[in-house]
Amino acid sequence: MSRETLNARRLLCPLPVIRTQDRVKQMNVGDHLEVICTDPGVMQDIPTWCRINGHTILEAKTEDGEYIIVLEVGE
Amino acid sequence: MTQFLNKHFKHNNSIMSEQRKAAALISGGLDSMLAAKVIIEQGVHVEGINFFTGFCVEGHTHAIRERDRAQPKRNNSLWAAEQLGIKLHIVDVIDEYKDVLINPKYGYGSNMNPCLDCKIFMVNKAKQWIQENGFDFIITGEVIGQRPMSQRKQTMPIIARESGADDLLLRPLCARNLPETLPEREGWVDRAKLFGFSGRSRKPQMELAQQFDFVDYAQPAGGCCFLTDESYSAKLVDLWQNRGTKDYELDDVMLLKVGRHIRPKSNFKVIVAREEGESRFLEGYKKEFTSLISSSHSGPLALIDGEPTDEDLALAGRIIARYGQGRDAEKVDILVRSQKGLEQTIQVSPFAPDQIAEEWFV
Repeated sequence: MSRETLNARRLLCPLPVIRTQDRVKQMNVGDHLEVICTDPGVMQDIPTWCRINGHTILEAKTEDGEYIIVLEVGE
Repeated sequence: MTQFLNKHFKHNNSIMSEQRKAAALISGGLDSMLAAKVIIEQGVHVEGINFFTGFCVEGHTHAIRERDRAQPKRNNSLWAAEQLGIKLHIVDVIDEYKDVLINPKYGYGSNMNPCLDCKIFMVNKAKQWIQENGFDFIITGEVIGQRPMSQRKQTMPIIARESGADDLLLRPLCARNLPETLPEREGWVDRAKLFGFSGRSRKPQMELAQQFDFVDYAQPAGGCCFLTDESYSAKLVDLWQNRGTKDYELDDVMLLKVGRHIRPKSNFKVIVAREEGESRFLEGYKKEFTSLISSSHSGPLALIDGEPTDEDLALAGRIIARYGQGRDAEKVDILVRSQKGLEQTIQVSPFAPDQIAEEWFV
């Protein structure tokens, strides 16, 4: 299992979702991806994207004005 | 007889042994949602595709403006996919889309919206996608007569032909007004269970939505495309005219949505933040543009797009001083920062409201 970080700062939705989607395609089931964003819309959009595509949100938090989401890659 | 049996056997066999797969173009509006649902109900495996051109920026104002950040807008295509219980693939077509917008074969609509070319492009991309991903056909939520440019009886065959999708393109909401497509002929879907909607009325869609228990769907028609917006289109045309070239980058697309755009001279324009959220957003572009902000009074951040002279910077300074707390002061200090970070302070007299000519506003 690996853990990667994706810098999606300054990107507005749906670009953080697209970047997340593209990165997840290159990862394996069980890997973790941390996505760091500045668009608050990701707190809604990335979890929705994960639910419909079979990935799991492990953590979603706001820290110093940034939105950080950690997901586990599903099947 | 043998030929008939072979055909018949093959037909039934395909139904029995293999679930057919369709890619639905999901915009997030009601029609594409209904079209997908109609085909899901027929036992077809459906997955959604949403193309991001850079102009479908419905949530961006919310993401940028301070007062809206607490209530970000949902992404309707993701939301629709979740309601439908299908996967959604969001595809970045920003670069490829430039040619569609810059050189539309069928021209623009009432603003800078190249709707027909856009639809041809998206269906063509969907065809590539189904070939790469082993899907059988494409669904769209188009309805004959629903939209003046792209959804007319005459344009339906143009989209199918020019996209290369031909009879792999099924429009479930108006299919019965159109020639049979491959999925219908092969029995992958039952034509009798498709619809014959036409015209601008939304009533049939509303009734179908009710049948499917869709209650909280996005407002239809017009969609989220900013190219259909008059004010946005005017800014895009201004950009092209003054740069002398019909080209753009994603940053241009974003910046056209933010702030007041004021062009006092053809060689530069000033983008003035309207509130704190916009100032924060424009901060992110300080390495790409010369920026100005008042250092003696609180006020908005502004970017300069173009090649201003020193005299132009003073003019820009007078403009932004007008929108800060020093608007009534005799003199305001303006910090000018170049892309490379070189700073200088200039002192200006704020413009009075009537000194900013109306025609300067893009």
